[in-house]
Amino acid sequence: MLSLEQVKHIAKLARIGIDDAAAERFSKQLSGILDYMSLLNEVNTEGVELTSQVTGLKNVTRADEVTRFCTGEELLACTELPVVKNQIQVMQVIKN
Amino acid sequence: MLHELTLTEASQGLREKKFSSTELTNALLGRIKDVNPKLNAYVGMCEDLALEQAKNADARQSKGEMLSVLDGIPVGLKDIFNTRGVKTTCCSKILRNFVPPYDATVVDRLYKAGMVLVGKMNMDEFACGGSTEHSCFGPTRNPWDLDRISGGSSGGGAAAVAADMSFYSLGTDTGGSIRQPASFCGCVGLKVTYGRVSRSGVTAMASSWDTVGPFTKTVADAAMVLGHMAGTDVRDSTTPNVAVPDYVAGLGKPLNGLRIGVPKEYFGEGIDPEVEKVVRSAIKEYEKMGAVVSEVSLPYTKYAVAVYYISMPAELSANLARFDGIRFGSKPSGQVKDLVDYYYQARSEGFGDEIKRRIMIGTYVLSAGYYDAYYKKAQKVRTLIRRDFDEAFKNVDVLITPVSPFPAWKVGEKIDDPLKMYLADALTIPVSCAGVPGLSVPCGFVGESGNLPVGMQIIGPQFSENLLLRVGHAYEHSTQWHKKKPNL
Repeated sequence: MLSLEQVKHIAKLARIGIDDAAAERFSKQLSGILDYMSLLNEVNTEGVELTSQVTGLKNVTRADEVTRFCTGEELLACTELPVVKNQIQVMQVIKN
Repeated sequence: MLHELTLTEASQGLREKKFSSTELTNALLGRIKDVNPKLNAYVGMCEDLALEQAKNADARQSKGEMLSVLDGIPVGLKDIFNTRGVKTTCCSKILRNFVPPYDATVVDRLYKAGMVLVGKMNMDEFACGGSTEHSCFGPTRNPWDLDRISGGSSGGGAAAVAADMSFYSLGTDTGGSIRQPASFCGCVGLKVTYGRVSRSGVTAMASSWDTVGPFTKTVADAAMVLGHMAGTDVRDSTTPNVAVPDYVAGLGKPLNGLRIGVPKEYFGEGIDPEVEKVVRSAIKEYEKMGAVVSEVSLPYTKYAVAVYYISMPAELSANLARFDGIRFGSKPSGQVKDLVDYYYQARSEGFGDEIKRRIMIGTYVLSAGYYDAYYKKAQKVRTLIRRDFDEAFKNVDVLITPVSPFPAWKVGEKIDDPLKMYLADALTIPVSCAGVPGLSVPCGFVGESGNLPVGMQIIGPQFSENLLLRVGHAYEHSTQWHKKKPNL
């Protein structure tokens, strides 16, 4: 069973703010799901390779050419944050 | 009524000038106005754009310059496909204001074939769910029983096609999100081979699993649409350069000697006996057509759900990191202390519970100390599940199974028990594990009132869509299930 502290720690790593009520709810649900995953422990996977891709493609490359699919204005129109000199203004990250 | 036509019929009517694209589009818009309030399949409309596109299609028709068999056909698309200038929300609060500046490759290809876009369709938030209840716009109702779910995550598209609100549609299928709603709503749904259709411009859920495919009223319609979607794309490096056959030309060939495998793990325990009966009688129908049926075994089937719910959330948690209120997504509504607090609030307000759960599972299984035990273990078992299919296809041409262990359940029935909801995908997830295609074809009805559709799943080796469509088409020709319509 995941403790409330563990759930809050995972939420912090995932950058999701959760309150105590949510932590409690998730603790039960996530524990149930993770318990179910332990089903895999009964499978012997010694010497079995990993699957991360199913069609066998490798090292797909293409020429490094710029293609323009929309204008800068269209891109900037996607943000709700202030636009200053064609740049998106975000919160200060490094303090003076 | 024009909206009741299949895609094949509508396309023929346009070419023979029995009606115009504008008439067809107006008929569809009228149907949507009548029926959508009951179903909630569409979550956004673009009527003006549609009527303009229809007018252009009519102009091409009058000059004899039609772009393709899809030219002038009005449709809606799942709200996960980027459509330039048309809001694309993934049915998430965090994207409530997002208007994409470009079209997904598959949207671009369909536009070039003459698609008329009438609106965007409901789905589980970021395609995460099996019921379309996890949508910020509320659930899509099942056209056959309004108290029931439409399935998910592409529930809007399946319900709309079944209810004659779209001549075809597109969905995404990661663990069953096309096949299961198609089965529940009684339409045709195709999950293609991983990499068969480009995913560029389609919001990513789990990148080693995601696929894009069509919903249609008939198998022949699916063959017609797929040809205009499939093929390699420089913008999606996971699309192998495999030739795209003429799917329509492949239909109609006899099935004499076709070897059908019936995997024993997909029948029996946990499967609704009525569903089993309906699917088994469909298999008997194939025997009448000259197919040879044998039982096969895919021993690692029961581990597929566990593999999926480790691997998928891991990939999802990485893919959804960009929805932070800065790179993508709405900013938080309240005051924030600092940048980290900004992320907490933007994501807490923007994501629903199911997304939060899955991101947290993904974060957990990828974190130090758990990576080997969960993530790597799942990738190894995924290899064993793939081998199951490789072995089976040495002896049979296709596999036939139920799509879902049971028919559509009641709205709200499984909403508080995520694991129960996950297990409902037990028969579609293994197919996704192996990256092979699966076609859902209506094959009967079950339930007390006999009004709940059941789909069978026809599974083949990678890039065998041609064969699956031929097999599905033959069944449709010998039965009448696809002609039944919900009473709305």
